[in-house]
Amino acid sequence: MRAPAPAYTANDGVIEAATAALGARLDLATDLVGEVALHVARDSLVETMTALRDTPGLEYQQLMEIAGVDYPDRGVERFEVVYCLLSLTRNHRIRVHVRTDDTLPVPSVTGIWPVAGWLEREVYDMYGVLFSGNADLRRILTDYGFRGHPQRKDFPLTGYVEVRYSEEAKRVVYEPVQLAQDFRNFDFMSPWEGAEYILPGDEKAKLPEEKGAPTPLKADEIQKADAAQSAKVAPTEAKTTETPAQTGAGKAEPDATPKPQNPDVTPTPGKGQNL
Amino acid sequence: MSDYLEKLEGVTDAADPTLGDIDIQNYTINFGPQHPAAHGVLRLVLELDGEIIERVDPHVGLLHRGTEKLIEYKTYMQALPYFDRLDYCSPLCMEHSYVLAVEKLLDLEVPIRAQYLRVFFAELTRISNHMLNLGSHVMDVGAMTPNLWLFEIREDCLNFFERASGARMHSAYFRPGGVHQDVPLKLLTDIGEWLDTRLPRLFEDAISLVADNRIFKQRNVDIATVSREDAIKWGFSGPMIRGSGIPWDIRKAQPYDVYGKMDFEVPVGTRGDCYDRFMVRVEEVRQSARIMRQCLNEMPEGPIASLDRKVVPPKRGEMKRSMEALIHHFKLYTEGFHVPAGDVYVATESPKGEFGVYLVADGSNKPYRCKIRPTAFSHLQAADFMSKGHMLADTTAILGAMDIVFGECDR
Repeated sequence: MRAPAPAYTANDGVIEAATAALGARLDLATDLVGEVALHVARDSLVETMTALRDTPGLEYQQLMEIAGVDYPDRGVERFEVVYCLLSLTRNHRIRVHVRTDDTLPVPSVTGIWPVAGWLEREVYDMYGVLFSGNADLRRILTDYGFRGHPQRKDFPLTGYVEVRYSEEAKRVVYEPVQLAQDFRNFDFMSPWEGAEYILPGDEKAKLPEEKGAPTPLKADEIQKADAAQSAKVAPTEAKTTETPAQTGAGKAEPDATPKPQNPDVTPTPGKGQNL
Repeated sequence: MSDYLEKLEGVTDAADPTLGDIDIQNYTINFGPQHPAAHGVLRLVLELDGEIIERVDPHVGLLHRGTEKLIEYKTYMQALPYFDRLDYCSPLCMEHSYVLAVEKLLDLEVPIRAQYLRVFFAELTRISNHMLNLGSHVMDVGAMTPNLWLFEIREDCLNFFERASGARMHSAYFRPGGVHQDVPLKLLTDIGEWLDTRLPRLFEDAISLVADNRIFKQRNVDIATVSREDAIKWGFSGPMIRGSGIPWDIRKAQPYDVYGKMDFEVPVGTRGDCYDRFMVRVEEVRQSARIMRQCLNEMPEGPIASLDRKVVPPKRGEMKRSMEALIHHFKLYTEGFHVPAGDVYVATESPKGEFGVYLVADGSNKPYRCKIRPTAFSHLQAADFMSKGHMLADTTAILGAMDIVFGECDR
């Protein structure tokens, strides 16, 4: 690893130790970008975490973070809950991934680490993932009475309601979001990398075509077509200016209408501005 | 009230022997959200038995701005300034985790001078953060003067940030691949002089007023003691876990940038109370100054950002003269760089504890998910068991020793 990221103990042997400790509960173990990730079964999460904490050679004493991630493209079990564990004695970090959807509850790990209480509340608040066994699964970061789960990928960035203080109602009121300007989301995907949007002019490429290549025109046909084109538009009048009258000087504008009266101006005909 | 009580006196009922006993309920009060000692917008719902705290229910999220959601809609470079606004008392340490996470995904090498500069300014940030926290902690328990003196130091720090980056608080100085621009030599010599003269004079003066002060000790010693086991179970980090006697410092254990070359000590507490946490921070300021002096002595000349033009944009002068630099400039400031798919959890030692970034990249120019691990979540959650059995007035000391900032807690 060339990047100056925090350097902890090497990952050698961690996957083997975890495989031995977890057995069939471990679905997949990866060692990518210098970090070990274990994808484990959801139902036996508490036993898995207890094993990771208590097995000699693993000893992940601290739960530092629980992160939710939303992968709507996966279809079933779109949410992933990621537990970041830290071993103080072995000086090593590991991640545990669990998959779920918005109805299947994840077993709570508050019995092992009480710190999980708020972390699970946050995942519930942001994604709507349920945790069975968490005694206090309230919303935590969003407003009192908030609806929806804002970190889901299908939740709009602007949200659905906005608040303001209403002078008439003498209180803060909730209203549907109204934007003065459209949200600008630039798509930087290169057309060569498979962009899905249509640029102006792209529709020409999709026009139905006759079979085979079109027959090219012959030279005399082109000349004939040009002659026919030029014969149609003959100049009716010479575009020259011979006399000053032809310039239209002194005439009123053809579409001139009387100017609207300015209420602030008192007309003083012929007397000038200062009377 | 008294005649009501007299009327109830002696009233008995065989069917319900408790009738007539006066039913005393716990008293529930709101601490905040607008309270000077709440250090931001914290609402504590306190359940009191007389003046003894029975239960604390912190309500957070009043400063929630959806930073993580916003970052998903920004390129990697545009997402950086959001980190300044998380913990606005130590902005550069927030950036540090993020740039290290991006660099880890990119597997990008960072020039050695850039690493020194980042460590140097991260430690200056630690000093300025601790000045705010120590000062306000002292003020929360009743002393006025030290706070004013410590704010003098903080003001100096902010001026140094301004001279390095152009902004006093929200510097946006660290960038993936290095730092934004080099610092003038005069700034480094000025900071070196400041470290030797003004900082120790003001700081030691202010601390000498409180460290051995009888009232300060009465308010802090044996308040909210946390055992080692509790500190581990509750996910403590930074001065909170060190105050409980566990010598755990990510700068030492998992060195990033050039912390591996630095010679410094990790202070630990012995009792795990508010006073220990305070004194751990005091010693950390001295150690930070020591690290900064080493940086000044050892910092080599050289580039201050990676020369990989696919990640770090060229400087403006170069952009005006070279066609290729112009193309890189345009591409990086519109589209930004693409980060290979993968996910990393990178945590650094911010002044308040472990500040982590869990970054999921999908190969595009925007983060797919950027989960920020605030230090305050685990500490504030523990406020319930830490405050239980203490007096109402101790709440401010406990909160002050936790060092919580709501920009980071609520995100």
